This record gives sequence, structure tokens and C-alpha cells, in this order.
Amino acid sequence: MKLYQFVIVSVLLFSGVIAAAGPQDPPRRTGEESIYDELKKAPDKFRERTNPLANDVDAVAAGGVLFEEHCEECHGKEAMGGKKAPSLRAEEVQNAAPGAIFWILTNGVVRKKMPVWSKLPEPERWQLVSYIKSLGAASARGSQQSRP
Amino acid sequence: MLSLFPNSFGLFMLRLIGIVLLMVSTLVHLPSAWSQENPYIVAYDHNLEEPGSLEVEYFSTFGTQRRGPDFHAYWAELEYGATAWWTTELYLDGQTTFGESTLFTGYRWENRFRPLQNEHLINPVLYVEFENTNGADKILKEVEGHDVEADYAVPNAVARQERAREMEFKLILSSNYKGWNFTENTIATKNLSNEPWEFGYAMGASRPLAMKGAAHRCNFCRQHFVVGVELYGGLGDRYSFGLKDTSHYLGAGLAWNLPSGWTFRFEPTFGLNDNSHQFLLRWGVSREFSGFGSMVGGLFKGRQE
Repeated sequence: MKLYQFVIVSVLLFSGVIAAAGPQDPPRRTGEESIYDELKKAPDKFRERTNPLANDVDAVAAGGVLFEEHCEECHGKEAMGGKKAPSLRAEEVQNAAPGAIFWILTNGVVRKKMPVWSKLPEPERWQLVSYIKSLGAASARGSQQSRP
Repeated sequence: MLSLFPNSFGLFMLRLIGIVLLMVSTLVHLPSAWSQENPYIVAYDHNLEEPGSLEVEYFSTFGTQRRGPDFHAYWAELEYGATAWWTTELYLDGQTTFGESTLFTGYRWENRFRPLQNEHLINPVLYVEFENTNGADKILKEVEGHDVEADYAVPNAVARQERAREMEFKLILSSNYKGWNFTENTIATKNLSNEPWEFGYAMGASRPLAMKGAAHRCNFCRQHFVVGVELYGGLGDRYSFGLKDTSHYLGAGLAWNLPSGWTFRFEPTFGLNDNSHQFLLRWGVSREFSGFGSMVGGLFKGRQE
């Protein structure tokens, strides 16, 4: 096989794989609910874990940087949700135990396109939990301030 | 124009440049994604590509050669996260043997599958690869069977005549524990002609220099640097399994993951016995682009009213 023939075949083959795998449809409302249900699957062992960086003054800011680098692409700016992944400001997430969010980050939801983030060291995952939890608090503050 | 490049190398370079320009023009509109890559060049861990992301990579290996000229082998990789549990990858290989020639040596198509849904203490990944290369391929992406240094001293003009169509299988067992990654790869390769199964191994350990992220964006923060070691070599074939007449290597690697989506890797590697190249210097650069799958998929999707 000559080089140009090979390149054409390879590009077509690779494009076929990519086209077959994507694009990823935006999650529907029912899909979002089932995604949030994943939080309930966290084992008690994880759910009972407390965030060791809860009192770390830099944890939220560092988590924000990590969120921007790893999560914003799917979950959208300021975690409002995007085409590929749900909002993290939803009650289901904000009311979830920190350990349950940590469990989701560690294990992903592979069948529903949420990657496994165990390659981030544990403290970075906890920093992400701190940031995600801070979003709920920020929203609540914002809604309180907007009240007359 | 072609007269400036009177040999096949010129044609190869022109086509390569064309392909690269085409790809760059396509990718330049896509957002980059920051990736946390380990410094391994031979070993694989269980961390797959994020779904929809494309990682474009270039790797280079400079190798010393006793009883023959030194060489510079290189390969380009297109790594795509088809799903969260399936990563597919295309390789294009080439090499320059100093004082001889430069040639394209073949291609590989690999797939990695993650069979288990959750993270475990040990995480298996199944690896399947088809490779169509010639005997002059020197990228040393894996060492298997009775691969020894002397095999690479054959002149390019002779070695390129040999065609190798192989299926390669790996069982990747990898763990992330307290910031460390430990991985072990068991390799089994079958040449599709009448050759026996060949075996090999690769293992590695790595760790970022810092466990916590910084509270501001930075390029030189310690968490962006990952250091590691990898050990790999051949284990003979079906008829002569073991360490006899095999080569083995130990490398110390560094990966620098930039927030802009670029990753640089550097790994000096040393041969551990007389059958091994004495020294290999490996380095690589890669960039991850998110949203590539959606963009390509959109091209194949009709307009939705």
C-alpha cells in the first residue's frame, strides 16, 4: 500500500470511528435525573467521609482552577451545565454529602460519559469538592441578597 | 517544487507537512484541554482519554547502536476518547538512521477498553493493536520476544523489505494510590505470518511533585510536573519463554503538563544487559483538544430543523 493510499484509508477509518462515537447528545431532563441518581449509589464508606480540606482557605480557589481545567468543558462555565453534562448547582448535587461527590469524581460514571478522575491526586479531588460545594453557598447568598 | 526533494524522502516530507497543516487548520478552532499525563512512554496506565477529546502527540527516540549507525526514530499519535471506556489511537512511524536514509516505517491502530465501571485497587484495561510495519521500524514502543540490539543494525535498504503485520494484546493492570500510579503491562504479540507468539512486559511508577492544586493558574507549579520510572523488556516466545536472549530497559521520565493543554515528556533510558541498546533518549510533545468528536460528528449529521 502506498503512503497516500494508506493516509486516505487511515483518515477515513479514524473519522468513521469518531463519527460513530459522537456527537454526544445533550442530556435530557430525564437523563439529568438519572445522572444525579448516581450520587445515591455512593457507598456509605465514602458518603461518611468528611472533606479534609474543608478548613483550607485555598481549597475553593484551587478547586476553581481545577474545575476550569478539567470540568468546565462539559459542565459549563460556573458549573451551570452544558450540552454534555448536567448543572452542578442543582439541589441534588448541593445537598449531596461531600464524600458522595468525591466518590463520583473518583469512579466517574463511565457508561454515562463522565470520566474517571482518579488520576488527579486525592487532595485535588477534595479541592474540586470544595469548589462544587461553594457554588451552592454562593447561589444561596445571591438569592438571599436579591430578596427585598 | 519536487525537484528540490529529489528522493522519496522529499515526497514523504511534503505529504507529512500537508497532513500536519490540514490537521492544524482543523484543530486551531477547538478549545484545548488540560490533561494530567503520566511520564510513561512505553507503559500504559488505566487512565483513558476523556470522551470526545483528541490528543495529538509526537514522540522521538534517539538510540545508540553498537556495530551500526545510531538512529533517530519518531512517531505521531492521534489519540481519541471514543467513550469514557474506549480510547482509540492511530500511530504513524518513521526513522532516520544516520548515514543511511529516512523512511516511513508503518502504522499501528490500537484500542484500549476499560471493562470495569468503577475505580478499583487494581484496574484492568484490555489493549488490542494491529500493526503494519516494516523491519526498519525502530521506535521501540514496546520490546517483546527476542528483540535485541543486533536486530536494529541491519541496513535500512534490507530491513525495509521485511513486512511485519502483527496483532498485539496487552493486559494493563494499573492502580492510583495516594497520588502514585503503579502500572504493569503484560504483552502478547502474534505475527500474522507463521511466527510464534512473543511476550514482553512493561511496568512503571509515577507521582506528581505536589498533591494539591495551586489557587491560581500557573505553568511552573509543582503539581504540573510528574516524575516516574519505567522498566520494560522481552520475555521470549512460545517455544523459548524466559529472559534468555532478551533485552531490557530502565528509564526515568518527567512529564510537564501545561494548563494550556500542552504536555512535554522527557525520558533518558538505559539498556540493562548486553542485548539492549546502551542508551535511548526519548522525548515527546502532545496537545489535547476537547470537543473534537462533536465537531467531526456534526459534519456527518444533517441539519436539524
